[in-house]
Amino acid sequence: MSDKTNPPNGETKSAAARLFDIRVLIGALFTLYGIMLVVAGFFTSDAQRKKASDININLWLGIGMLVLGLLFLLWWRVNPLKLAAPDEDDDTEPSHD
Amino acid sequence: MLRLDVNFFDYLILGIYFALVVAIGVMARRAIATSEDFLLSGRSLPAWVTGLAFISANLGAIEILGMAANGAQYGMSTLHFYWVGAVPAMVFLGIVMMPFYYGSKVRSVPEFLLRRFNPATHLFNAVSFAVAAVLTAGVNLYALALVINALIGWPIWLSIVISAVFVLVYITLGGLSGAIYNEVLQFFVIVAGLVPLVVIGLHDVGGYSGLKEKVTHTALGPNSFSTWGGTNVGHWTNPLGDWIGIVMGLGFVLSFGYWTTNFAEVQRALSAKDLSAAQRTPLIGSFPKIFIPALTIIPGLIALVLIPKLGQTKDLTYNDAIPLLMNRFLPNGTLGVALAGLLAAFMAGMAANVSSFNTVFTYDIWQTYVVKGRRDRYYLKVGRVITVVGIVIGIFTAFIASGYSNIMNYIQLLFSYFNAPLFATFIIAMFWKRTTPWAGLAGLVAGTLGAGVMHFAGYHIAYFYPGGAFDPAHTTINAQMLNFYGAIVAFVADVVVTVAVTLVTKPKPESELRGLVWGIKNPDAPDPAKAPKPAWWASPKILGATSLGIVVVLSVIFA
Repeated sequence: MSDKTNPPNGETKSAAARLFDIRVLIGALFTLYGIMLVVAGFFTSDAQRKKASDININLWLGIGMLVLGLLFLLWWRVNPLKLAAPDEDDDTEPSHD
Repeated sequence: MLRLDVNFFDYLILGIYFALVVAIGVMARRAIATSEDFLLSGRSLPAWVTGLAFISANLGAIEILGMAANGAQYGMSTLHFYWVGAVPAMVFLGIVMMPFYYGSKVRSVPEFLLRRFNPATHLFNAVSFAVAAVLTAGVNLYALALVINALIGWPIWLSIVISAVFVLVYITLGGLSGAIYNEVLQFFVIVAGLVPLVVIGLHDVGGYSGLKEKVTHTALGPNSFSTWGGTNVGHWTNPLGDWIGIVMGLGFVLSFGYWTTNFAEVQRALSAKDLSAAQRTPLIGSFPKIFIPALTIIPGLIALVLIPKLGQTKDLTYNDAIPLLMNRFLPNGTLGVALAGLLAAFMAGMAANVSSFNTVFTYDIWQTYVVKGRRDRYYLKVGRVITVVGIVIGIFTAFIASGYSNIMNYIQLLFSYFNAPLFATFIIAMFWKRTTPWAGLAGLVAGTLGAGVMHFAGYHIAYFYPGGAFDPAHTTINAQMLNFYGAIVAFVADVVVTVAVTLVTKPKPESELRGLVWGIKNPDAPDPAKAPKPAWWASPKILGATSLGIVVVLSVIFA
């Protein structure tokens, strides 16, 4: 992978184009948290529910985070990241399948 | 002492989060080959990422716990910090100042001063910023350790070291990209953690009208929901003083100074991929900023209503408002998310300071004055080493703060003197091409001294005491109001001295000011007509106008 980081003039080239897309991680984390909280929402005890002013907050927050997480994943699929590569081809080409 | 009822499920949520924090650092590492990759993300990031990081870098301990505390202490007037202060300053940064910063290709805010003025001005600003940043990082670290200690019971020293190690890993590996990506993630997690608190809290007190009615019966009284009530000059009763202090001191001087010249903020915009994205960074950030008070001030007021004696005793300070509500309302699970958001926010507050410190140290101090002209690989290494050094200093600062919290207050106060005049110098520098190199330094020094003198003199002025009743013991003084007026004095002193020195010294030739001053174009700058244009609705002017419009409407509604 280090083939193009050392051009002949001796100065190192930016590797910024190799940066990954944060939307995948936000999407994955929120989807995972969402599922965990929704499941927990079904097992939240009455005492815990009473604590939260009689709102099943685990369930509602779980649904909210799940939706946000899936939206991020969708955005990432529909419109993949194109980082500004200074010149020549970069290796972040979206895979078309 | 408050201790949260954390169970296995909460720890699982926390554990997943912290694993991801480190993973981001490890994964961002492969995108780093040069010092600019490490210190400025290779200027490659899209605007929505830098825009959210712009907000998150400021959304640390002082902001979240502090603004909730202000809400409980001062009521709705705290909104001025957002709608008079932050948002207009962000719009100004994006539309007016960013072309100078990004267009001139400077790598830091002090570097702008070097090119516009001279090495003396540059060094004054670079050193004071670097020292302030690394000490602020330590204060954030200490705040983080306090919360970990209070909420889950780890000893302070262990909390300090463990939190520092996490920050160390993700920014030494991932550089600014690691810091910024974690800030974006943290933004969503902290919102997810605070929204349930507001929803449950408001439900519990009978909605917004219920909250308003109940707060009116507390010590804050009926003025607590009026932002501009009692701000008459001459006989103020508003907890933040009169409108001159609020509009000029808090808004025009302090907020503009912080948001437009603090490198920890501006750095996020400099890492954007092009000028348009850099301009949109603070503008995109201004939209969430408009609504963050709902997540800070409202919980503060809810805590004031629900928790008897809040702010009255040593164990129940206003700063505890949010942790107290978490303890009262959140079931396991949601509690874990809120805790993850809070801890992430405090780490981000530290990381933002360290990642701006290492850039200023590497480029502005080391490369400019100490070891010049080496290859880039050398400065990348310097950047990495100084990141570690910065964190170690932060740890020491945190330990000092844990022993002598008053010392930290004095240090913060001292740096506020350095910050107060910055906006005056920048605005004159950008719009008056005659301004001479030595006027830059003289103005900054004069403004710093002005802020310091005013701070001490103000204690002897009866006007800064409620009802004009001078208190020889100085305990009842309105410290916020004095702070605002100190900033105004700093601004005026800076302007007067800058103009006076300019008139008697020699200006720089125009050829050295290209791209740095209004009206002198940089011929080497890329043609803006060729740059990819964002959609019409995402143009900086439309975004800025929309943001200001929302603020005006909300200000009328909540006046």
